[in-house]
Amino acid sequence: MIKKDVLIIGAGPTGIFCAHQLGIIGLSCEIVDNLDKAGGQCIELYPDKPIYDIPAVPECTGEELTTNLLQQIKPFNVKFHLNERVEELKKVETRWHVKTSGKQEFDVASIVIAGGVGSFEPRKFALKECEKFEGSSIFYSIKDKTVFKDKTISIFGGGDSALDWAIELSNTSKVNLIHRRDGFSGAESSVQKVKELNDKGKINLYTKYQIDSVSGENNIKSIKIKHDDGENKEFKTDYVLGFFGLIMQLGPILDWGLNISKKSIEVNTENFETNIDGIFAIGDICTYPGKLKLILSGFHEGALAARGCFKYAKPDEKLRFEFTTTSKAAQERLGVKK
Amino acid sequence: MTKINYITHDNQTHTIDVQNGLTVMEGAVQNDIPGIDADCGGGMACATCHVYVNEEWLDKLPTKEDGEEDMLDMAFEPKQNSRLSCQLTVSNELDGLVVNIPSKQV
Repeated sequence: MIKKDVLIIGAGPTGIFCAHQLGIIGLSCEIVDNLDKAGGQCIELYPDKPIYDIPAVPECTGEELTTNLLQQIKPFNVKFHLNERVEELKKVETRWHVKTSGKQEFDVASIVIAGGVGSFEPRKFALKECEKFEGSSIFYSIKDKTVFKDKTISIFGGGDSALDWAIELSNTSKVNLIHRRDGFSGAESSVQKVKELNDKGKINLYTKYQIDSVSGENNIKSIKIKHDDGENKEFKTDYVLGFFGLIMQLGPILDWGLNISKKSIEVNTENFETNIDGIFAIGDICTYPGKLKLILSGFHEGALAARGCFKYAKPDEKLRFEFTTTSKAAQERLGVKK
Repeated sequence: MTKINYITHDNQTHTIDVQNGLTVMEGAVQNDIPGIDADCGGGMACATCHVYVNEEWLDKLPTKEDGEEDMLDMAFEPKQNSRLSCQLTVSNELDGLVVNIPSKQV
């Protein structure tokens, strides 16, 4: 069991900055996130898109913001537990015991939920019969590409994942790429490459088609796709891959007894504590009168929640307000004391 | 005020007076119309305010910005008449607009 002062759920900008604020006041923390990298929505939804409303940063991309925040918390050696989702929460005397999907266990004085709009899960096919093939013939992510060698693969989607995998797998497999419209959201260079491969017969590109049905016993044998104008096509396929981006779900947090209003957690604005003592919520996941879903609001909320955590971590000490410009203790923690 | 008709998946029509300048999404959220989640709050960063617009209204709507079609790729069962309701600003021209809310958003 890992013993720390605070566990932060969510490695988006708000969670990362909260770790910084905890570090400054001398509290230890670790961060859990369901994604495979830090950055949250900034990295997952808009890594290349510019953000214009970070104070004193006229323009930066989601990726730059994340990189800079990670740089900023470096002195505190915060450990990230990625690809893990928080599953269980238990109060043990004055402390919280938390278990993750990766069987990691934490013993902490308080918890900061910075979970954005929930954990990211792949969007699946809407077609009901797809469920029974999931994990055998239908995949939403690829762990081992060698299983596709010399097989027929039907890939659905128009973003970077769909395009990149279509290109990659076309080297060793027969690839059909199916997308609901002519335009693609993936990188232009990948779109060109896919079109070239289609011209050469290496990829079969079907646009303005969507999945209509799948058939097979234990494994998929064939699929039917339907054009916008109603025309159907059916072909044999061994595997179906769906890349429709990610959706966000609150998951197990919903069962923790927190006051939830419209998929957000209610907090006070003094220290962003929830209705449960020792559990705080900051960033997009929290709500209070006047809440703005801005990154800068998340920073403010994280700074106050960090101070709120102090009394649980160090009940016998008093937290003194200090500036990093002048505080010797803060500078020591930052490793910049001359 | 402009009348917007929201048809939920159970085929109930909710006719709401929405203030001009608000979006079709905001009109739904403020009046507790079920089925529009609007997770990102109108930032075109999710696809959870997805609606199907009745054919006769399609031409009267503002054209899609670049990002909207990309986000619709990630919506639940997108169709040709799919729009993100956060991108539809209510005005007199939209009086009587009919939108169908999909069976789910995520």
